[in-house]
Amino acid sequence: MAVREGLLALLHEGPRYGYQLKTEFEAATGGVWPLNVGQVYTTLDRLERDGLVEVRGVEGETAPSQKTYAITVDGVAALGEWWEAVPSDDPPPRDELMLKVLMAIERGDDHALRVITHQRTVLLTLLQARRKERRAAGDESLAARLVTDALVARAEADLRWLDTCEEHLQRRPASATSAPTTASSTSTRKASR
Amino acid sequence: MTTDHTTPPAAPPAIDGATGTAAVEFFDVVKRFGAGSNEVRALSGVSLRIEPGEFVAIMGPSGCGKSTLLHLAGGMEDATAGRVYVAGRDVADMSITDRAALRRREVGYVFQRLNLLASLTALENVSLPLELEGVAAKQARARARDALAAVGLDHRVDRYPDDFSGGQQQRIAIARAIVGERSVLLADEPTGSLDTVTSDAVIELLAGLPAQFGTAVVLVTHEPRFASWTDRVVFLRDGRIVDDTAHPVGAGTASGGFR
Ligand SMILES: Nc1ncnc2c1ncn2[C@@H]1O[C@H](COP(=O)(O)OP(=O)(O)O)[C@@H](O)[C@H]1O
Ligand SMILES: [Mg+2]
Repeated sequence: MAVREGLLALLHEGPRYGYQLKTEFEAATGGVWPLNVGQVYTTLDRLERDGLVEVRGVEGETAPSQKTYAITVDGVAALGEWWEAVPSDDPPPRDELMLKVLMAIERGDDHALRVITHQRTVLLTLLQARRKERRAAGDESLAARLVTDALVARAEADLRWLDTCEEHLQRRPASATSAPTTASSTSTRKASR
Repeated sequence: MTTDHTTPPAAPPAIDGATGTAAVEFFDVVKRFGAGSNEVRALSGVSLRIEPGEFVAIMGPSGCGKSTLLHLAGGMEDATAGRVYVAGRDVADMSITDRAALRRREVGYVFQRLNLLASLTALENVSLPLELEGVAAKQARARARDALAAVGLDHRVDRYPDDFSGGQQQRIAIARAIVGERSVLLADEPTGSLDTVTSDAVIELLAGLPAQFGTAVVLVTHEPRFASWTDRVVFLRDGRIVDDTAHPVGAGTASGGFR
């Protein structure tokens, strides 16, 4: 869970109170990743247990909100590894959209084309809604802008892939594409797999 | 759901009727080029209603008819069959002079590039459509300055297009397309040659026009990132509308269609 590393990254800037970490984390992620303060303290407890973070300055029965947290040498090392690690899905990728389209093709090309058209529309509608929220919130921060850009870029990749699927389906022999949806589940295409 | 605007009208739509006048309306529009074995069907029965102040993207693979749709919406070409209304008027019923006036008064057009006359200054490029309409030069210049200010260009307007960056030239082209309170702005891949950040700025500018001027903006693009700024996306394939975020094909059939 990247919240751990996110908190470590903030603590690398210097010691902080728990609540301060919550607000700074939310600002840094453009407001798309809200944290409740309980989640922050739970994560800090685990980081402390693992020796990546230590409590500074106060002893004894001080309330959590009074505690200052600081990163340890081990914490700095763990953070260093995180910056270098590449986020990746274990191949083969198993995302839901891909599964949906592959299953739809199994059922028949006409059905697959309908699913593709629908998914494309839904993806764009989501992007529009996202963009609209941002504009309504009037959040012009660079973080907010870049978060939207990241979502757009991922959706673009999905949309390009849907276009590619559609092209391949339309280029298949007429017998495959013109088969009625109801009959296609029994069509000979299955033999090719 | 999509059938309510595919029925050709018995009579022209009522102007300022209960539903108001559409900025652009297509009724079962067909556009063919060439004849016989060379015949190309660029549009095969397109029905579409675009409201005043709506920001619509037209998306689809190259050759699917996007530019043709814009040319018809701007009264620049005739439909082979079906009807096209721009600002409430049937384009086919208009004389050549009326149509030229429609293009000057109601429709603004922004192309991918080569929008500006190199021999005129930025200000002159923008005031030209007004001066052609007979607006006095001084007043035309004043309105052109306002339009340039609206796109964020309020100084150096006496320079020539070549002195501006690509993004600034597109802003000037947009200023020229909105000067004089047009009903419709048609933009055909207006960011074609621009970098991403500059393109975003141009699209953001287009996105602000409907609220600011009540102009309908129709944007042809194949980039989802630009389409995401719009209110609505219409998907074109082989000259037909295959989906429309305002009337999604899947929405009504989700239970029956995808089970
Ligand atoms: N003036 C023309 N003469 C002949 N064919 C044309 C003409 N304009 C467009 N077409 C054809 O009509 C189809 C649609 O073209 P167009 O509207 O330019 O597509 P898009 O803008 O989506 O790429 C294409 O097959 C194109 O070759
Ligand atoms: Mg084109």
